Amino acid sequence: MQHKIDVEKLGPQGEIMAHAIEACVHCGFCLPACPTYQVLGEEMDSPRGRIFLMKEVLEGNLSMEEAQPYLDKCLGCQGCVTACPSGVPYGELITTYRGWSEPQRHRSPFQKLFRMGLQETLPYPSRFRAAAALGRLGKPIKPLLPPLLQAPLELLPDQLPKHQPLPELVPAEGERRARVAFLAGCAQQVLQPNFNHATLRVLARNGVEVVIPKGQGCCGALAMHTGERARALHFARTNLSAFAGEYDAILTNAAGCGSGLKEYPLLFHGEPEQAQAHQLAAKVKDVSVFLVELGLKAVPPLERPLKVAYHDACHLAHAQQVRAEPRRLLRSIPGLELVEIPEGELCCGSAGTYNLEQPEIATALGERKARNILATGAELVVTGNIGCFTQIQSHLRRLGREIPVLHTLELLDRAYAQSPILPNR
Amino acid sequence: MMLLDELGQFFPPGRLLHRPGELAPYESDALTAFRARPLAVVLPESHEEVVAAVRWCARHRIPYVARGSGTSLSGGSLPIDGGLLIGLNRMNKLLRLDPQERIAVVEPGFINLQVSNAAAPHGLYYAPDPSSQPVSTIGGNLAFNSGGAHCLKYGMTSNHVLAARVVLPDGETVVLGGESLENTGPDWLGLFVGSEGLLGIATEITLRLLPKPETYHTVLAAYDSLEKAGDAVAAVVASGLLPGAMEIMDSLAIEAAEAAVKAGYPREARALLIVELEGETPQVEAEARYLDEVIRRSGAYEVRVAQSAEERLKIWKGRKAAFSAVGRLSPDYIVQDGVVPRSRLGQALAEIERLSARYGLRVANVFHAGDGNLHPLILYNGRVAGEFERAEELAGEILRLCVALGGSITGEHGVGMEKKAYMPEMFSEADLAAMRRIRLALDPLELSNRGKMFPGGEAPALHQAGPHPLERAGVISRE
Repeated sequence: MQHKIDVEKLGPQGEIMAHAIEACVHCGFCLPACPTYQVLGEEMDSPRGRIFLMKEVLEGNLSMEEAQPYLDKCLGCQGCVTACPSGVPYGELITTYRGWSEPQRHRSPFQKLFRMGLQETLPYPSRFRAAAALGRLGKPIKPLLPPLLQAPLELLPDQLPKHQPLPELVPAEGERRARVAFLAGCAQQVLQPNFNHATLRVLARNGVEVVIPKGQGCCGALAMHTGERARALHFARTNLSAFAGEYDAILTNAAGCGSGLKEYPLLFHGEPEQAQAHQLAAKVKDVSVFLVELGLKAVPPLERPLKVAYHDACHLAHAQQVRAEPRRLLRSIPGLELVEIPEGELCCGSAGTYNLEQPEIATALGERKARNILATGAELVVTGNIGCFTQIQSHLRRLGREIPVLHTLELLDRAYAQSPILPNR
Repeated sequence: MMLLDELGQFFPPGRLLHRPGELAPYESDALTAFRARPLAVVLPESHEEVVAAVRWCARHRIPYVARGSGTSLSGGSLPIDGGLLIGLNRMNKLLRLDPQERIAVVEPGFINLQVSNAAAPHGLYYAPDPSSQPVSTIGGNLAFNSGGAHCLKYGMTSNHVLAARVVLPDGETVVLGGESLENTGPDWLGLFVGSEGLLGIATEITLRLLPKPETYHTVLAAYDSLEKAGDAVAAVVASGLLPGAMEIMDSLAIEAAEAAVKAGYPREARALLIVELEGETPQVEAEARYLDEVIRRSGAYEVRVAQSAEERLKIWKGRKAAFSAVGRLSPDYIVQDGVVPRSRLGQALAEIERLSARYGLRVANVFHAGDGNLHPLILYNGRVAGEFERAEELAGEILRLCVALGGSITGEHGVGMEKKAYMPEMFSEADLAAMRRIRLALDPLELSNRGKMFPGGEAPALHQAGPHPLERAGVISRE
């Protein structure tokens, strides 16, 4: 698409945005892939509509405020990136645009406080733990609170798991086949500490020595995707130095963090650390990809056959184009029947803090996802991302038909340990 | 604004869009060279609401355009400056599916591919398969008599529509056609299908479903020249076979499709031919042996046969993504849609190559070879001064070439905005006058999709970016 964006005026960020807009041919192939278009059916809430809106704002034909409601509704799921024949890097566009527009934006004091609250707690496990404990106290008065504050409480578990600190190094069992660094993630350490412990056990069992570098922090994706570029850069700089050692790979077990790290070259575009960012990003792998490439050690057969649905996290399937590897891991568990979820490419509505900021659409998508999962008749659903985990669990519960939700590596861990996969009935 | 207040009686605020941020994304369809900003967009949810919108337009003499997913490549669903845009995306329900009668009744915003998906459990499908089928709506398919790769064997949309409930430009409702293939009286539905929205808006459409072919035999043949591929098409037809589809892609199109979907095409080929047989297993098996022989003798240097459903889909995925994928090779392009007699394919392609060199613009070719429907994609960069004009001129030459070879200026994309200037190349003044008389008989004020298909009329809003100059100056406002 042609544009008249003054790239020089906008600098390195302008180049990224203009490049993406140029690649769009407005063909509309993205429409069926867009969750908000599926729910709302309006051109403004479609990827090509949003691209058009961003173009108009960047060209100076439209005020930022006019376009904002529709751009805010974008989940950033990048379903459109998978569907786009023309190769529009939509994820790069929306992330960069948000970073560009946020500092110029007017928000109400309440909104500002809410956003700051999220940005100042979620990325810090100890703060998040304290906030979650506080939030639990708020649960009984939830109906009295403004809707914006109800959503986070809805997603909080009734009981927080005990804090289980991570070691700095996990040695390989038997012959060492690789040495990797591991990003622990933030929210998942508080909400589901077992994700990490299960991952570390599976890696060790597969002969992988895992270093959990001290001084690492949040990957910065949360800040980056909500337009808090300076904050994201701060986090990312911390990680650039924390992960500077020699490793065969840098692993994550959270889709959002993996894609966050892989976006460092975008974040540092035009910054002095650009080269370092590229080096780090090139080493980042989702744990499922790493294990498949390494060659998974044989898994003992399950006690009884098990029907499992795998949920594609958008930040794995769309942002990192990782679909086959988690499925291959699951299929390597003898006795496990893997089923596909209808509309599997559609976002579950979690999308970072989206379900906290746009609860209505997130709820519509969450319910749709839960119904699609139940339609498979699976006994268990597995995913590779903490956000999806929380969202799916919460919506299955709402429908009153809760089936267990596990991280892919948790299931693998239980299969290795030959411990029961499902609670006894 | 009084006019919009009145419209607001029929449409709640969420379905009556008029703010600049709401209107901007509706300014173009899939032909972004044209832009126009409507006065407002309404999103009706029922037949009655469409009637209300059309009556409001008739009352105030405001032209309107009905639109589905906005995938028109000829600017057919381009809004009219200051007119009403009627977005039918919310009228997207399957009203009835009758496997016994093999019909589906849908609202106009229902997506083409969804018809086949809904019919699949009954072993049925909807045959017309434009490349935009995962996106484009049945209403739009009807308006433009959409084709697709498999129309060689099964015909266009018009061969698969049985009835339509239509809101005429004066707001009256008529039902054209019926549930049976045989109808009494003139073929009013035939007149309506392909009329590009000039005669009214369909709100309920009855489609024919066909039994799904039992077996497919999909062959991918690579050639070192376009002519050889073109000749192979002629050879297949001369052999008496009627494949479901015969498609050709040239090297630029192959490059784009590979980049987009990694279809696994032989990258160094100058031309690829896809031939697909389909039907009952014994028949397909017998024909396949015959076809393989014809292809072998046609000079293909590599021949692959899809061994599984996945391989077949992969071959088609590349072909169907090819148009949009060309966006990877060039910031802008024009897709043309000319038709030539099958026997003159080779000649047409050689001539296009010559024109491409003369204009200094790359042309990618992806086309329905079986029915001679060419889709040259003219690559240009709109930021280079004069390139768009040169591309348009080249496109015009290609269309004239098609007419001169005994073909047509459009196969399936329609005339829309893009090709209306070429109508006189194809039709005499008397032909055009007759068409206009029909239009005026139904729409004397020319409200329905005004400015499309007929030459002349309102000047296209080419490259008009953003708000009206008077709006920008603060003289007028739409709020």
